[in-house]
Amino acid sequence: MLDKMTNQLDFQGHALLLRAERQRLLASNIANVDTPGYVARDMKFAEALTAATGGSSTMPVSQESRAGSYGTTDAGHIPLSGFSEHSTVGYAVQTQPSLDNNSVDMDHQRATFMDNAVRYEATLRFINAQAKTMLSAIQGQ
Amino acid sequence: MSMFSIFDISSSAVSAQAQRLNVVASNLANVDAVAGPDGKTYKARQVVFQTTPMGDDSAAGVKVSAIQESDVPGRKVHDPSNPLADADGYVTHSNVNPVEEMVNMISASRSYQNNVEVMNTAKTLLLKTLQMGQ
Repeated sequence: MLDKMTNQLDFQGHALLLRAERQRLLASNIANVDTPGYVARDMKFAEALTAATGGSSTMPVSQESRAGSYGTTDAGHIPLSGFSEHSTVGYAVQTQPSLDNNSVDMDHQRATFMDNAVRYEATLRFINAQAKTMLSAIQGQ
Repeated sequence: MSMFSIFDISSSAVSAQAQRLNVVASNLANVDAVAGPDGKTYKARQVVFQTTPMGDDSAAGVKVSAIQESDVPGRKVHDPSNPLADADGYVTHSNVNPVEEMVNMISASRSYQNNVEVMNTAKTLLLKTLQMGQ
């Protein structure tokens, strides 16, 4: 019963964590815009979220069933709790070549940074609204 | 909370860009410096940026790994009346290229602004996160 109430919140919680992780990647890219040889990092959000929630797009599976897929190659390994965000981090595609081999596209990074910030806020609002819905359901008024 | 490390990342970038601005300022201040009696003149300096890990491998800050002096020969101006002129009547000025320095300054100031904006956005998001459930 409680699981049904918190499933949706759990999903949005994963999304929020991934948004924070992506925000950090984009901040790293913007910080290193003048570093020679730096390669921009990014993540495919949809794939990362699917991986974090165990393949289901709306309903996450339980913690135990998906933990086994990360970092374990032997039956004796202790599975990681939670998801590993680094497994889905890749490299951003370079738009224009530069002399110092830096692949950060500043305009693109700034646009993505703002987009990610708005989506982070959206996820926060979803969480807030869901918590309010649950509370009013509990109170039954 | 992983978002807090955005402040570490951006502040490392802001301080690196500030150091770059410092170097540009000292280069521009010495643009007309003349070689002293020892024949040595001011040499243009450049910062070298390097990526530095912040905590784990997905967060990358930036640091100034070295400050290099330019080896370009100094600008020679024919001015026999100058007391610092050599035997042929040439005065050696510093090797600072003012155009290059101005471009460097604009680039550093833009990067500085970008990183401040990143910190502001991160602050807004963290404040909103603190209000979650209220």
